Amino acid sequence: MPNMSLKKVAIPEQEPNIRNKNFKEVSLGYTEEMAIEEANRCLRCKHKPCMGGCPVNVKIPDFIALVAEGKFLDAYRKIKETSALPAVCGRVCPQESQCEKQCVRGVKGESVAIGRLERFCADWYMKNVEEKIEVPMSNGHKVAVVGGGPAGLTCAGDLAKMGYKVTIFEAFHTAGGVLMYGIPEFRLPKDIVRKEIDNLKALGVEIETNMVIGKIFSVDELLDNGFDAVFIGSGAGLPSFMKIEGENLNGVYSANEFLTRINLMKAYDFPNNDTPIFVGKNVAVVGGGNVAMDAARCAKRLGAENVYIVYRRSEEEMPARLEEVHHAKEEGIIFKMLTNPNKILGTDDGWVSGMECIKMELGGADETGRRRPVRIKGSEFILDVETVIIAIGQSPNPLIKNTTEGLKTEPWGGIVAGASGVTSKQGVFAGGDAVTGAATVILAMGAGKKAAEAIDKYIKENKI
Amino acid sequence: MYKIVKKRVLNEQVKLMEIEAPLIAKKAQPGQFIIFRINETGERIPLTIAGYDRTRGTVTIIFQEVGATTKQLGQMNEGDALLDFVGPLGLATHLDGYKKVAVIGGGLGTAIAYPQAKALFEKGACVHSIVGFRNKDLVILEDEMKAVSNELFVMTDDGSNGNQGFVTTALEKQIEKGENYDLVIAIGPLVMMKAVSELTKKYGIKTIVSMNPVMIDGTGMCGGCRVTVGGETKFACVDGPDFDGHLVDFDAAIRRQGMYKKQERESAEHKCRMLGGIQNA
Repeated sequence: MPNMSLKKVAIPEQEPNIRNKNFKEVSLGYTEEMAIEEANRCLRCKHKPCMGGCPVNVKIPDFIALVAEGKFLDAYRKIKETSALPAVCGRVCPQESQCEKQCVRGVKGESVAIGRLERFCADWYMKNVEEKIEVPMSNGHKVAVVGGGPAGLTCAGDLAKMGYKVTIFEAFHTAGGVLMYGIPEFRLPKDIVRKEIDNLKALGVEIETNMVIGKIFSVDELLDNGFDAVFIGSGAGLPSFMKIEGENLNGVYSANEFLTRINLMKAYDFPNNDTPIFVGKNVAVVGGGNVAMDAARCAKRLGAENVYIVYRRSEEEMPARLEEVHHAKEEGIIFKMLTNPNKILGTDDGWVSGMECIKMELGGADETGRRRPVRIKGSEFILDVETVIIAIGQSPNPLIKNTTEGLKTEPWGGIVAGASGVTSKQGVFAGGDAVTGAATVILAMGAGKKAAEAIDKYIKENKI
Repeated sequence: MYKIVKKRVLNEQVKLMEIEAPLIAKKAQPGQFIIFRINETGERIPLTIAGYDRTRGTVTIIFQEVGATTKQLGQMNEGDALLDFVGPLGLATHLDGYKKVAVIGGGLGTAIAYPQAKALFEKGACVHSIVGFRNKDLVILEDEMKAVSNELFVMTDDGSNGNQGFVTTALEKQIEKGENYDLVIAIGPLVMMKAVSELTKKYGIKTIVSMNPVMIDGTGMCGGCRVTVGGETKFACVDGPDFDGHLVDFDAAIRRQGMYKKQERESAEHKCRMLGGIQNA
């Protein structure tokens, strides 16, 4: 008889007023008992609607059934059949708009906590199993992967398992992409990312850091120098600004810069780490996505008293994961909805002294189906802040586009690629944010996975 | 790891290092830069490339010990290695088709002006180099500059080398004398590049300056290196580091440069304690 509780089994978390002063993980994860109890809420639906909501088709009811039986190792293996990074996905996937959205239990009450269960299995495995990875038999083919983020890591892992010799070229000094520089430690501990990367290395994947493709090698040079195919997973690295007055004042950051200083360069541990950061007493974060939530929660942890999320639509339209919004509120982040910045004000010596905002109201639906924000005349007001973080999105980095002849791109910079990652250039495949523009970790992983299959097919069919 | 194969002290604050980085040496062009990181807790610091040797596989950097990291680098020796060394980043300076060029180096900027002068000289342009320092003890690369210049003017602020004045003093004199420069390249402190650009604007001479703002990744990702050029925001790392000196908003750039002054001091003091007070500045 399934557990018919309408609510998910609660997950232990650090207290909001304690965690908003440290960078340790917020959520502590289920115990074995909690996991079994939650797994018993699953109805094992025959038509498995949850699976249809998963970009990498994790066999959700099957792994949850194994959890319910206490077979945690088997449950983990079941997830691994289709997902390369369960410990990551369990933590950062927007489950409420994917698998959990389709869950039948969600019709009346809360859906099954699929994400928490996935995370439980991955953590249980990391804690209890000494991983023995064997390098697969080589098939003699070499593939280059540009970018060591979620798309590239997934593509590399899948290809390595098929016997390809894969080299990842990473621009930063460490692989991981957004998992390392973007998502904060308190949401995704970096040890987990490092562990996943170590597993790839154990599979025989080589990671060349400090390699900016487009500069040190062009894509053509990679193809000329022994790689049978190239996968481009270079992400959406170029931060967007609002093009308003005062954006170049000291104290204005792109969310990319702010988060990179903190997560990758560990500025929160300055001066033990050399990279500095400036956080004022009052901080405004402009935007309503996960990146905005991450930046706001980091600012709070670095000692800011008042941290505002400034978003031009209402909370309903915010693209951030529900859990992030919920956590941010608990931690004392102040939500200024239906508010848009007009300009950033500065002191004589060039520092931010405030931000002029205007109130908005929602009009008719726009092309994305969301209601369009409209300015309310005369509602301008000044928000007292010393730091402004712009988190309104990123677009693909133009380095590859500008240095690769024959690679078609969209006018906004995205690489043109089919569903399996095939681009306009022979032997070149692409996926993740470099193709779609800023999206999610799981979609990038899905793209990396599909591209790995397509690359395998391409190399076999062309008998290279 | 990237080995330091040669170290040379150019003056009490300025050091030259040749770093083993064959792939970068193969691709580097004048005007481009690298980013280095000394160790696991280090920050990423951009430095414009001061030279490269494609056959020996080395890249030359010249740096002034101003912050914690450059001081730490200054303590390192031949045989030591840097953890990270990325490049070549940024766009190369466009140096083709010029007949007579004035290459201006201010202080440490001379180190970056040198490869430009050398490339122009090798392309057959007539190169007039004008370099400026606070006093004669701080003069660097005089012989090197001489070897790649048709004429070289070394200026000192205090006149201690017998040639008192700013680089702009010498440049204006040359222009007034009737030298027809079709390009001026100015590399050095922001105030100096600003002064040169204001002067050449008056005479309508095309001027390229090299910006070196705060940045992290050097690939367009952080946006920290933004400079205002012709009213538009540009990223020095991918759109530059060279820009039209007549269009750069130097005052804004000067303000942005001061962003981490306080933290830099704190970090330097922290390092100073850690290194047991080994400091020479």
